[in-house]
Amino acid sequence: MDPNALLECVMSTSCIVTQASTGLIVGALLFLVAAGLTLIFGVLGVVNFAHGSFYMLGAYIALTAYRVSDSYVIATLAAGLGVALFSVVFERFFMRKVYGSDVLMQLLVCYAFILILDDAVKLIWGAEFQSMGMPEFFQAPPLILGGGIVPIFYIYLIAAAAVIAVVLWYILTKTRMGKIVRAAAHNPTMTSALGLNTSMIYAGVFAFGGLLAGLAGGLAAPVRSMSPGMGFSILIESFIVTVIGGMGSVSGALVGALLIGLIRSFGSIGFPLFVEGIMFIAMALILILKPSGLLGKEPRP
Amino acid sequence: MNTNVTFRKEIMWALLALAILAVVPYLTSSRVVLDFVIRLAAFGVFATSLNILVGYGGMVSFGHALFFGGGAYAFGLMMQKTGVSIPVAFGVGILFTAAVGFVIGAICVRLKEIYFSFLTLAFQMLFYSIIISWNSFTGGDQGLMGGIPRRPFFGINLADNTQLYWFSCVVGVVCLLLIRYILQSPFGYTLRMVRDNADRARFLGIDVWRVKLYAFILAGVFAGIGGMIMAVFVSGAYPEFTYWTMSGEAVFMIMMGGLNNFIGPVVGASLLMLFNDMITRFTELHGIALGIIVLIFALGFKRGITDFAIQIFRAVTGKRASS
Repeated sequence: MDPNALLECVMSTSCIVTQASTGLIVGALLFLVAAGLTLIFGVLGVVNFAHGSFYMLGAYIALTAYRVSDSYVIATLAAGLGVALFSVVFERFFMRKVYGSDVLMQLLVCYAFILILDDAVKLIWGAEFQSMGMPEFFQAPPLILGGGIVPIFYIYLIAAAAVIAVVLWYILTKTRMGKIVRAAAHNPTMTSALGLNTSMIYAGVFAFGGLLAGLAGGLAAPVRSMSPGMGFSILIESFIVTVIGGMGSVSGALVGALLIGLIRSFGSIGFPLFVEGIMFIAMALILILKPSGLLGKEPRP
Repeated sequence: MNTNVTFRKEIMWALLALAILAVVPYLTSSRVVLDFVIRLAAFGVFATSLNILVGYGGMVSFGHALFFGGGAYAFGLMMQKTGVSIPVAFGVGILFTAAVGFVIGAICVRLKEIYFSFLTLAFQMLFYSIIISWNSFTGGDQGLMGGIPRRPFFGINLADNTQLYWFSCVVGVVCLLLIRYILQSPFGYTLRMVRDNADRARFLGIDVWRVKLYAFILAGVFAGIGGMIMAVFVSGAYPEFTYWTMSGEAVFMIMMGGLNNFIGPVVGASLLMLFNDMITRFTELHGIALGIIVLIFALGFKRGITDFAIQIFRAVTGKRASS
């Protein structure tokens, strides 16, 4: 516990810039994972407990794709598409069978997949920590903003996440596809009565959630060391994000993710051992004061 | 009065179970078998306590290992850091898990279904990370090292393997009996009604939140006792006790055994333990093997072992037993 250090940091621009940029990349990655989680929940009403494992899978696919192609862009895209493909398989052959059953079965299917994916990663890529290393392009000297150091890669990552967020917002609110997805979320029976194939919409939403998680894993690969089981901590954090933002709300996920990112980076200066505690207290407060989340709608009847 | 008469049957079952367990050491002197029974006492109580929530309360907790580990750590720390006797440390463990259950339950039981599952999971991981990071007090990722002193009390010496066996069996059976008693009491039936139709319960003037909270605390306390049996047995407490995989295994135990029968979770616990013990001999890939088994049960059978057993029993006897 060192509140003075935090106070000192807030007094100097350089520290604010450094910490804010760290907070923003954590927030950006969390947003991508949480957006998929919240989207799947909003449309299908199931929580994909295996979502963190999708993120892990993305990071590892990016690692291999990068080693093979030597291109970071290709690696990230491969991660996104690879995980999207995997999500479709996961949805079609496994998750779809338990939509109607109770939470217990959904939980068990996801639990099985977390176990299997962790072991599969161990088998393919090894149990030890792995690192992708920073791609050459991003090894330029960092920017100095107001005395604070911001690595070039951070700017790229934040920009990439921002672009994805805008595209996501555009698809959901402005396109026909987005309207269909929102309709399916609102009233699936009615949507299918109108002649739309809700089953395909479900698979599509899962694929999209997987794409986002895979992209997040790929984007995170240069700055995160990888190990089997890495997906679980991000799962918990993105869940906290979705609770704070409101389950099913993508814009809420953005607000929640940035909030948690900043809490993490500034909190680690003032209360290094209690950062997680602060996140949980934030979540508990939201649940008690406004259970539907900051931007969430009232739950469906 | 009627309850007391029916409950005589349960006491007979408990005595029968103890009688069988008493014979076991005479049939085999194998440590493996006796250790298995001790671990089964811990996990059986743990799984049954979770079933109070899942099977009888309709609340699928995915963070129940918090209480298993919480009990183990509270007990172990009391024994290591203070000079109290085992019963006192046991009492502290019960109070600790009840208090934690009260705080977390008060927040969690307002929520429905998947929200509840995720939130309990999240709190469990918070507890886990506290144990990992509070190195000076909990021993961090090494767990409580150096063993838990097993000081004799009332002439019982748990350092002696036979007495430890007896102790675990008696505590385990008594806990199961108590859980059964609670579930057959008016409270137990209120809990079932809240599970089936919370609105109706509310109309009848039942404070649903309070019923769920009591169930959550009770489940937490019994899970803590399971953890304490485990802590005595392994003479320590480890962070894995509170890790999410432990909760996942408990959920699978009750699903595999069958949540519609009181004894189902115990059956599931013994099956999963057998499976775990066997699988580690054949392969390093424990996760893949367990994952496949879980998928077979969740997607293939969709029911627990005891559900099948009852179905077969009914088919053979040709009558419908009341459950």
